Amino acid sequence: MTQPFIKLENITKKFPGVVALNNVSLDLYQGEIHGLIGENGAGKSTFIKVLTGVHTPEKGEIILKGNPIKIENTKHAIDLEIGCIYQELNNIPQLSVTDNIFLGCQLKKKSGLLDYETMHKKARELLKDLGQDIDPTLPIEKLGMGHQQMVEIVKAITKDIKMLIMDEPTSSLSETEVKELVDAVRKLKNKGVGILFVSHKLEEIFELCDKVTVFRDGQHVITGNVSDFTNDLLIQNMVGREITQQFPKIEFKKGEEILKVENFTRYGVYRKINFSLSRGEILGFSGLVGAGRTELIRGIFGADPIDEGKLYLNGKEVNINSPEAAVRNRFALLTEDRKTQGLVLNASILSNLIITCLCKFKKGLFLDNTKICKAVDHNIKSLQIKTPSPDTLAEQLSGGNQQKVVVGKWLNSDAEIYIFDEPTRGIDVGAKVEVYNLMNKILEENKAIIMISSELPEILGMSDRVIVMRNGNITAEIKRNSKQFTQEDIMHASWDDSAIKE
Amino acid sequence: MKNANGKNIDYKEVLSKLGPLLALVLVSIALSLGTEQFMTVGNITNIMRQASINSLIAAGMMMVILTGGIDLSVGSITAFAACVMGVMIKNGIMNPVLLIVSGFGAGTFVGYINGILLTKLRLPHPFISTIGTRNIFRGLALLITAASPISGFPKAVQYPGTGDIFLGIPVSFLIVIVMYIGIHIFLNNTALGRHIYAVGGNKEAARLSGLNVNKILIIVYAICGFMCAFAALVMVGRLNTAFPLAGSTADMDAIASCIIGGVSFLGGKGTIWGTLIGSLLITVLRNGLNLIGASADMQLVVIGLVIIVAVYVDVLRASAEAKSKRLAAKK
Ligand SMILES: Nc1ncnc2c1ncn2[C@@H]1O[C@H](COP(=O)(O)OP(=O)(O)OP(=O)(O)O)[C@@H](O)[C@H]1O
Ligand SMILES: [Mg+2]
Repeated sequence: MTQPFIKLENITKKFPGVVALNNVSLDLYQGEIHGLIGENGAGKSTFIKVLTGVHTPEKGEIILKGNPIKIENTKHAIDLEIGCIYQELNNIPQLSVTDNIFLGCQLKKKSGLLDYETMHKKARELLKDLGQDIDPTLPIEKLGMGHQQMVEIVKAITKDIKMLIMDEPTSSLSETEVKELVDAVRKLKNKGVGILFVSHKLEEIFELCDKVTVFRDGQHVITGNVSDFTNDLLIQNMVGREITQQFPKIEFKKGEEILKVENFTRYGVYRKINFSLSRGEILGFSGLVGAGRTELIRGIFGADPIDEGKLYLNGKEVNINSPEAAVRNRFALLTEDRKTQGLVLNASILSNLIITCLCKFKKGLFLDNTKICKAVDHNIKSLQIKTPSPDTLAEQLSGGNQQKVVVGKWLNSDAEIYIFDEPTRGIDVGAKVEVYNLMNKILEENKAIIMISSELPEILGMSDRVIVMRNGNITAEIKRNSKQFTQEDIMHASWDDSAIKE
Repeated sequence: MKNANGKNIDYKEVLSKLGPLLALVLVSIALSLGTEQFMTVGNITNIMRQASINSLIAAGMMMVILTGGIDLSVGSITAFAACVMGVMIKNGIMNPVLLIVSGFGAGTFVGYINGILLTKLRLPHPFISTIGTRNIFRGLALLITAASPISGFPKAVQYPGTGDIFLGIPVSFLIVIVMYIGIHIFLNNTALGRHIYAVGGNKEAARLSGLNVNKILIIVYAICGFMCAFAALVMVGRLNTAFPLAGSTADMDAIASCIIGGVSFLGGKGTIWGTLIGSLLITVLRNGLNLIGASADMQLVVIGLVIIVAVYVDVLRASAEAKSKRLAAKK
């Protein structure tokens, strides 16, 4: 650990209207896991993209093993033994696992043709090294998120890299998948690979990392050994203030039943699902990724047809066969995958925010622009969306800020039943509290919330009642005031078929 | 019972996956019942001959569509390449090698220009760049020939368009088969071939994996131009004439062949063999309808319907497949 593998000095990177990185310096060593944390828009992803040659900094120096260099593009970065797994999964869904792993560095036979036999074999071995049993001939779109993430790692390490950068690799993984990933990362570290690990989950930083660096507003705040920090100290450095309450839960008086779901079934996905939801209540859905939670709410929202089942709204049976019908019946769905389902990426923040409530802004035949601007300004302020202007395109926002726009868009609609699917994925601690406060506001207006979350602290912190699903079945339903409203019992129900139904 | 059911579905699935091939067989049977002239050796070799030009162009188009793009200039490129050869003989150059090389050179070069326009000028979509070059290349073909056809090609140049190998199989169809096998190997067993799928499947991921996306796109458009030049060679051979207005519907036929053959318009999915079947289906329909004596207007209607039905069947197939999977999981 004498010389850093790569040294970044006084890096500055500007985008129109934002200084994404301001005079940032950092040393990265081989065989060390370095955590990088910071609020949404702090510049973490931008920093990574400087390291991988996607962005060229306006100012600053990059020194690789003692020699100043300029990283031209992603290919060059790979040649310099720097690999990266980006925040959003970046694979070719239609191609096989092997094709994805060896993309750009295929093995060839003497004839010059591709040697699939060896590639499949090697892919299988590399996956096995990370404890994964995945068939490399499958198209990657057939795999779950966790396995896709593993393939990304394998893809990065086949290129013989010395430095692996991971931008929020765990944000869409379940607890088990995170464990597997953590093990895999440790194995890499023991092989002498240096790792830069970006995450919003502080537990992971403490569990995995040797060192940690905090960014705030494009600036380097602090770097130190993880053992020298506490949770609170990290948060304080990140947001520049103290956060007193991570889960500002307010328990409201439950009103009458607003939604009842009866015998909801989609063959092979979920079956005979029964539950009800009252006004003023947050109903949490817990379970492993793939338990059928997202599919269930897609069924409720009319996004996929159901095979059997009835749905009652305020005691009356309604037939919701399309998202349009759902919105008309005052449902709002915040999808888990903001990039493909939640946002119009190449439209402005403003248009994304008002897309669900345009009729509110009608003035005669036309839209009232002053009113729109006012409302949107208010949204941006209250959600603390970090952007130079409301006209910025959604795709230019940092991941977490995109999520806030999705939340804001539905808050603007006059929905009564809000379905949040992983509402705080990729959102920093400070912003999480904002989202929870927004949830409280929704309940205060006598509305109701269904919240799917894979993060147990969030489920325990915010829900009034939790339903646990496993393999398309409900395995438990636990009230907040029950003795079984604990991490262990919920985990147990999501793992075990022998239900502990209350 | 579930098993029997499951098996049934599998059987259906296999059938529907071979949908275009099945359609080809059915249409052929129907036509041979409709007219005795259809299933004759003479007519079948005729179909092969007629299919070859479109098949060569469609192969180029298929690779372009695989990248998520489109090339509307293929008809113009074909005419342009033919006319370059025509202008050569008009100026007394009769060396067949020289003629063929210049035809291929012209086609590949203008295809390359398409690629450059798309990537270097960063025009937003190949629809735009190639709709422009569609006009430009057609205009150039008219310009260099003074808008009149040129005939009198040497025998060796005519051979790919007119010759037979054995059993009356036309050389042009043999070229198609050889090229298609070559393209199959290229797409499935070479790095560049896989990269073409990758660019169409997820451009950003391809770029972040260190692929030179622009270079790949340029190569694909150049290959498409090359395939058009091949079609031009067969065309001038067959007619012994270079027509500056030839191939005016070539773009739509080529696109239709790809679509019928199941090549995804979004890129990243499709096989060369599907394209061949698509191309054969269109030719067989035209040929059969002609034999039956259907009017040209009727032919247009039928071919239009076939395109829509083919894609609709594919849509049904995909959703049936998804549903049968779910039903199979029903315990
Ligand atoms: N391509 C771009 N064009 C314009 N602005 C950009 C672009 N990419 C990032 N930004 C801006 O740069 C700032 C830093 O963004 P970055 O994505 O690095 O944040 P981050 O720390 O990764 O946040 P998150 O935790 O939300 O992922 C943000 O204000 C963002 O809006
Ligand atoms: Mg980020």
